[in-house]
Amino acid sequence: MGVEGIGASVVRKEDRRFITGKGRYVDDVKLVGMTYAHFIRSPHAHAKVKGIDSSAALKMPGVVAVLTGQQIVDDKVGNLICGWAITSKDGSPMKMGAWPAMAPETVRFVGQAVAVVIADTKNLAKDAAEAVVVDYEELPAVADVRSAIKPGAVQLHPEAPGNIIYDWHIGDEAATKDAFSKAANVVTLELTNNRLVPNAMEPRAAVADYDAAEEHYTLWTTSQNPHVARLVLSAFYNIAPEHKLRVIAPDVGGGFGSKIYIYPEEMVALWASKKVGRPVKWTGDRSEAFLTDAHGRDHISKAEMAFDKDNKILGLRVKTHANFGAYMSLFSSAVPTYLYATLLSGQYVIPAIYAEVVAVYTNTTPVDAYRGAGRPEASYLLERMMETAARQLKVDPAELRKTNFITQFPYQTPVIMAYDIGNFHASIDAAMKAIDYAGFPARKAKAKADGKLRGIGLSCYIEACGIAPSKAVGSLGAGVGLWESAEIRVNPVGTIEVLTGTHSHGQGHETAFAQIISERLGVPISQVSIVHGDTDKVQFGMGTYGSRSIAVGGAAIVKAMEKVEAKAKKIAAHALEASESDIVIENGEFKVTGTDKSIALPMVALAAYTAHNLPDGMEPGLKETAFYDPTNFTFPAGAYICELEVDPGTGKTSFVNFVAADDFGRLINPMIVEGQVHGGLAQGIGQALLEGVVYDGTGQLVTASFMDYSMPRADDLPSFKLSHTTTLCPGNPLGVKGCGEAGAIGASAAVINAITDAIGNNKLEMPATPDRVWHAIHG
Amino acid sequence: MYETTYHRASSVDDAAAAFAKGKDSKFLAGGQTLLPVMKQRLAAPSDVIDLSKIKDMIGIVPTNNGIEIKGATTHYDVAESSDVQKAIPGLAYLASVIGDPAVRYRGTIGGSLANNDPAADYPAAVLALNATVKTNKRTIPADDFFKGLFATALEDGEIITAVSFPVTAKSGYAKFRNPASRFALTAVFVARSPSGEVRVAAAGASQSGVMRVGAIESALTTNWSASALDNVKVSASGMLSDIHGTADYRANLVRVMAQRAVIAAG
Repeated sequence: MGVEGIGASVVRKEDRRFITGKGRYVDDVKLVGMTYAHFIRSPHAHAKVKGIDSSAALKMPGVVAVLTGQQIVDDKVGNLICGWAITSKDGSPMKMGAWPAMAPETVRFVGQAVAVVIADTKNLAKDAAEAVVVDYEELPAVADVRSAIKPGAVQLHPEAPGNIIYDWHIGDEAATKDAFSKAANVVTLELTNNRLVPNAMEPRAAVADYDAAEEHYTLWTTSQNPHVARLVLSAFYNIAPEHKLRVIAPDVGGGFGSKIYIYPEEMVALWASKKVGRPVKWTGDRSEAFLTDAHGRDHISKAEMAFDKDNKILGLRVKTHANFGAYMSLFSSAVPTYLYATLLSGQYVIPAIYAEVVAVYTNTTPVDAYRGAGRPEASYLLERMMETAARQLKVDPAELRKTNFITQFPYQTPVIMAYDIGNFHASIDAAMKAIDYAGFPARKAKAKADGKLRGIGLSCYIEACGIAPSKAVGSLGAGVGLWESAEIRVNPVGTIEVLTGTHSHGQGHETAFAQIISERLGVPISQVSIVHGDTDKVQFGMGTYGSRSIAVGGAAIVKAMEKVEAKAKKIAAHALEASESDIVIENGEFKVTGTDKSIALPMVALAAYTAHNLPDGMEPGLKETAFYDPTNFTFPAGAYICELEVDPGTGKTSFVNFVAADDFGRLINPMIVEGQVHGGLAQGIGQALLEGVVYDGTGQLVTASFMDYSMPRADDLPSFKLSHTTTLCPGNPLGVKGCGEAGAIGASAAVINAITDAIGNNKLEMPATPDRVWHAIHG
Repeated sequence: MYETTYHRASSVDDAAAAFAKGKDSKFLAGGQTLLPVMKQRLAAPSDVIDLSKIKDMIGIVPTNNGIEIKGATTHYDVAESSDVQKAIPGLAYLASVIGDPAVRYRGTIGGSLANNDPAADYPAAVLALNATVKTNKRTIPADDFFKGLFATALEDGEIITAVSFPVTAKSGYAKFRNPASRFALTAVFVARSPSGEVRVAAAGASQSGVMRVGAIESALTTNWSASALDNVKVSASGMLSDIHGTADYRANLVRVMAQRAVIAAG
């Protein structure tokens, strides 16, 4: 490892501009003649739009236009799409209701846009919006799954009778039934996975600029995947053909999944920029983020697990209802199916699994992938089940897990996934040692003497990252392939630009990816630039989500590097009059092994571009492209243990200790990995203790601001003790697995298991607020 | 934010005159409630009259029988005042846990009392310490000042110039924060006067705003100790109930926070 190579905790290159206020975000883009958009949003969860009177608004100063949903339909802008086709048990395709970018006839959630005001300033647009009169005819609304599937419930979409989008299943029903018939013990559990608001620090924003001379659009947008955005805007929304549409996602302040999707606001900004003949900017405010950013999670599940007399798991049966909100967001259909139920085997040998998932429309904000996307829901269910089972079977929860761990790899689960490698005993042993698991009973007794209820909770998660072999996801209904591209340009002076189709919005790609180059060539990372987020610069890519950037994007970089190195070695061998096979790369030099002859990288690069003395037949230049399609998912796994105290007087939880032992394969930059784990744990703990969306019966969002939606703050969190156990991923050239979501996937169950252990009552839902915990203690 | 006209008042009289001239005037003290509300377009005052630079309205003055805090004194200054820390330690502590540092540098005692947010901290101290609110027109005893949620005895255009706190033998404050807003989900101030009178006020709990808690006052009058409250029943009737805490939870918190305030008071 060089000082800046793989495994070095190099300080992040990008942080200098971020912490000195020099980051360039979408809202920083200012164009000549730019106008500002302000959306008029439905105050009702379900209503008919009977009419929109914008005559008064149009007379107000600075107002350029008021555009409505009917106009967007008239202009044949396409409806929003869902990009993953799911088939129900009965063979029927999923039942998707139409979602126009602005509602021409019917609104189905509070905050859905019906019209947009375009004006010279943001304030004038807001003033004019207040003068637009929308005539709504209110309809009955349904905000929760249980009510939505009741017979006679109000229907959201004519396409989806009973508000059911699909009724899907996976696994072997008969084998699972058979397993339960042989069980010595059956453990049952009902639980809710609470709905969350992503709350990236930077709200969504768009600047759209139509160039009439070239009939060309440019869109600056807060996107995790600008190429997919261009593809969808072009192929499905009819905004413009791809060569007439440039999408730029500059610095983006966090996404957590919520910026994967192509939202109505970006579409409207593009469409409006041509209509008004001026650039259009829209910057969402926090209230709009609460109402319109795709929410996460929102499952209710019933699970049963069968055990034999030796506490070995025989089978698992799960039925889940997933709340999709009012419309199917871009990847919503995949989240509670192929990203959830395929992880229900966890770290355990479970011979038979059968899971059913019913997807349901409600009059709420659409739900889609949010940090972890399906895997947190699976892990939470399974790890609460293991803890519940241990208590019912009267065995130590760590022992019950160890009894059932998978130890032979590769391991084919009954639910599609084939785990390539892992060492679950190593993780749990490391975590138990770090927290002094054996000493817990004595600590609990001492806390009791001080009037505190102390508990300990485990969570052994496994997840699937690096999505995924394109052929495999295609066969499961995905509308896209999930490979990644990389282009490496060695400039004539030896500096290097790496163009990647992934997108960094907090992950530190500019540093970690440069470290891969540094490792291979021995050049400092200051000589390497990472270029991303612009469809005019990077040929194509699938973006960043599902912890795929290093496992898929990093592998593409390695593949392109191999091509660059092969050509550079040929040039070096030619220059040094040596055999190509004798050339080795060290510290930025190409050396003839066993001699003192060498040529530095800049000289090799210069030779490639002057082309005065290249091997016969070689093309000039030193630039290579690679596309990498993964061979499998990667499977990060680990063990988290949480020790905490509950104040019986208030129900408030205080952390004593939180240890994490993760296996992410090879670490490129351990400091960045640590930061990713901290952030993930904060969100997992946030879900467990603080965050939870509440709608009232009429579909009004009660938790519509930080006054009522509780985000985790630094003083809500313990000082995490992190450690790593390592099995290198055999499926990619870097041996990496991905680390972006693990914390959010594993933390929630550890926290809730610890609280329920402390209070001696397993009936507790997230978020475990002081009020809920106090009631669980005192009834 | 809608357009408004800003006035920086140089004296209390100047402020009152400017207020009277405006069509729909509002006083601005620390701006910790008014400005966020205006930014959300939920308030549209024609004129905003800033009291925070009036010299006569800033400062903490020890008096013969207690301490007087001028209306535009910030929470930070109250928390840091050695006079307050010495005379009424519970009050200095209360000021030190209002909001966050940014709020404490800007927010003022007069602004907090005039707004009378049911989840604010100062009203509980003013009520439990039996303070007197001084305005540019009159003085108002604490028991007559608070009139329910966001309502006070103040008349239109009346300015809180100072709050006068009598000396106290014991004072203590315990706050249980709303996990989201960090306002008081329920908070209790306990005070015992040199003559032995016990007054206890709870914020964040009642549907009628800050309230005195008779059951706890009588228990503490008999026996000034946390354990004296072990079996006191606080009724959940009339308590606030929302997603952060049910009425019975808040009733429990009134008792538990009172116990912790007594322990803090010593």
